[in-house]
Amino acid sequence: MKTLIKGGRVIDPANGTDKIADVLIEDGKIAKVAAGIKDSADEIIEAAGKIVSPGFIDMHVHLREPGQEAKEDFVSGSRAAAAGGYTTVATMPNTNPVVDTAAMVRSLKKRAEDAAVVHVEIIGAVTKGQKGEEMAEVGDMTAEGAVAFSDDGHFTKSAKVLLNCYDYLRAFDKVIINHDEEPSLVEEGVMNESHRSAMLGMKGRPTVAEDIAVYRDIALAEYADARVHVAHISSAVAVDLVRQAKKRGVKVTAEATPQHMTMTDEMVVLSDSSTKINPPLREQKDVDAVLAGLKDGTIDCIVTDHSPHAQEEKDREYIYAPSGFPGLETALGCLMTDLVSPGKLDIVTMISKLTCEPAKIFGLNAGSLSVGMPADITVIDPDLEWTVDEKKFYTKGSHSPFIGRHFKGKAVKTFVDGKLVMDNGVILEV
Amino acid sequence: MDKSKVNLRGKDVLALADFSPEEIQVILESAKEMKNIIHRDIKKVPALRGKSIVTLFYEPSTRTRSSFELAGKYLGADVVNITAGTSSIVKGESLRDTLYTVSAMGVDAIIMRHKAEGAAEYASKVVDPVIINAGDGAHAHPSQGLLNLFTVQEHKGRLEGLKYVILGDITHSRVARSDIQGMRKMGVEVHLAGPKTLMPRFLFEEEGIVVHDNVEDAIKDADVINVLRIQLERQKAGLFPSPREYARIYGLNDKRLALAKDDVLVLHPGPMNKGLEISPMVAYGDHSAIQEQVQNGVAVRMAILTHALTGGNKA
Repeated sequence: MKTLIKGGRVIDPANGTDKIADVLIEDGKIAKVAAGIKDSADEIIEAAGKIVSPGFIDMHVHLREPGQEAKEDFVSGSRAAAAGGYTTVATMPNTNPVVDTAAMVRSLKKRAEDAAVVHVEIIGAVTKGQKGEEMAEVGDMTAEGAVAFSDDGHFTKSAKVLLNCYDYLRAFDKVIINHDEEPSLVEEGVMNESHRSAMLGMKGRPTVAEDIAVYRDIALAEYADARVHVAHISSAVAVDLVRQAKKRGVKVTAEATPQHMTMTDEMVVLSDSSTKINPPLREQKDVDAVLAGLKDGTIDCIVTDHSPHAQEEKDREYIYAPSGFPGLETALGCLMTDLVSPGKLDIVTMISKLTCEPAKIFGLNAGSLSVGMPADITVIDPDLEWTVDEKKFYTKGSHSPFIGRHFKGKAVKTFVDGKLVMDNGVILEV
Repeated sequence: MDKSKVNLRGKDVLALADFSPEEIQVILESAKEMKNIIHRDIKKVPALRGKSIVTLFYEPSTRTRSSFELAGKYLGADVVNITAGTSSIVKGESLRDTLYTVSAMGVDAIIMRHKAEGAAEYASKVVDPVIINAGDGAHAHPSQGLLNLFTVQEHKGRLEGLKYVILGDITHSRVARSDIQGMRKMGVEVHLAGPKTLMPRFLFEEEGIVVHDNVEDAIKDADVINVLRIQLERQKAGLFPSPREYARIYGLNDKRLALAKDDVLVLHPGPMNKGLEISPMVAYGDHSAIQEQVQNGVAVRMAILTHALTGGNKA
């Protein structure tokens, strides 16, 4: 089966490509990328005026299986991914039960094969039950295909436990992704600690909680000569800690979400828990620093931290609602409209942070349009104007601060292994 | 100040941040008229006859709830009380469902007290009846802010330019926040003092707020001192070392009071920990307007209900 995507602006940062060209797919793999391909094809897709990119990779999502299927599952979550232009996602293990054994990794990989329309990588827990006490069977999980490890949602309280995990994992070349917020400082906090929280009377989650956690986790990794990946970085000081550590040669990488690069705590409205996330929306200086960090290479990849919750969980008092919102279907719209269009971020960098850079960190066979790669491709219409309508969401998650936003720029086609999975916002069911 | 255009009918009373100085002044003037009704032999006027009001309290209260209930009844409204602990809320019924249920009974106003900051604002988005915030966590307590304003204005004859000190646990206080919002709008200079662990870290000095490191500096030449209750759980949370130390350094006693102006007014939202944040002498002394606050509370709440439900001042 041959598919030819014609005349699009092909942006493939892995290969330094940014030109008008055709992409030929054959038997689910990239066969050729060049201008004016003359080969015959079973299907020709006109992409003039569109951008053709490697399929997006999101290394931090919560698909909520097993145990939290009211919020999301591999069926709804993978469709949300495809709708947003994503072809690979890595799902976090803070489920019920926690994914901390090889048997669970194996079972979820099978489940992904059966139910998901995009590639789903499995992130295993670092410690058993994510309790931060005993190391989980990370070697066993690696053998079953776990892509990375994380106790996401929890900061590892014992430095000794984390140091042991860093040391042990060196044998497997898998990275630990750390949720960095010192628990005693954010216990009851529901938003950023700032002038705004002071005036509203809301308990805050201060930036210093993130900063000391990031510093500790980097320092331990440096000591162990181990790899470390900082999850959803949001504080200006923390960004600089990563920057300085990279200068010293520490094997640290970091990720940031679109919301932490575009939204501040001024957007918090007490009657709507959509803005409630951990780490919280911060102040403008932090937002600016995260964006600057993305652009100067301090931050390696863009993630959504897609965290759907059921309607009745979010539609309640702000302080009692769980944190997080589903981001897969709105990430590109936000990035294009709030960063690329106004000239704050160039599109090649954006695509690099969504494709080859996460692929490199996590050792994925994805993120580029090199010949022979699986044909995971995203076609973007940069001029398509659309309004975020939660009734059209594939995610089960109900609340998002982007609902009602007018965006310009949307993924219009998503190919996974050469197969068209999403066309004009609709998932094509086989 | 053009008060002629003020119409508060249907306006949710969530926080004083939402009110203009004109609107505040109109309510204070109505409260003055309402105060007369409280002294009558027959405490009943028909201003809210046929209106129904539900008080929905998730937290305990002596003053605020009975104050609102009597305010509604003096105005001829039908008032029903729901207390969380003796309702289906105990069975786990959500706030949203509780609000829907109450609203479905044709209620005109819901007076809500809740532990969660923003609960009243949430309620205002969820159901139609007018929402009157009787305290939402540490966020706001607008009727208390208004009764404080009323009490001060009645005694001093004015508000502009007064030095108003709030003493104590500012961080956890919805009364302090409503005072900050309300007093500043009326031209009062607000001074804050208390343990630094109980002072919001980022409460910057802005127009009309002065944050003091030292209690005596704050109290010097004060026109009004509003003393806040210190909760003993704050000590358990490590925010101050002991009640004895608190009383010694932050308590309002005669000696500290003497630093203020001769005609200083002492307020306290109640209930008081006598001997802790306030000495019994000060609490019951000549400068204290604490009991008057309670009476004024009923009058102010009558004014709030009348304006929010009818837009008028029909005494």
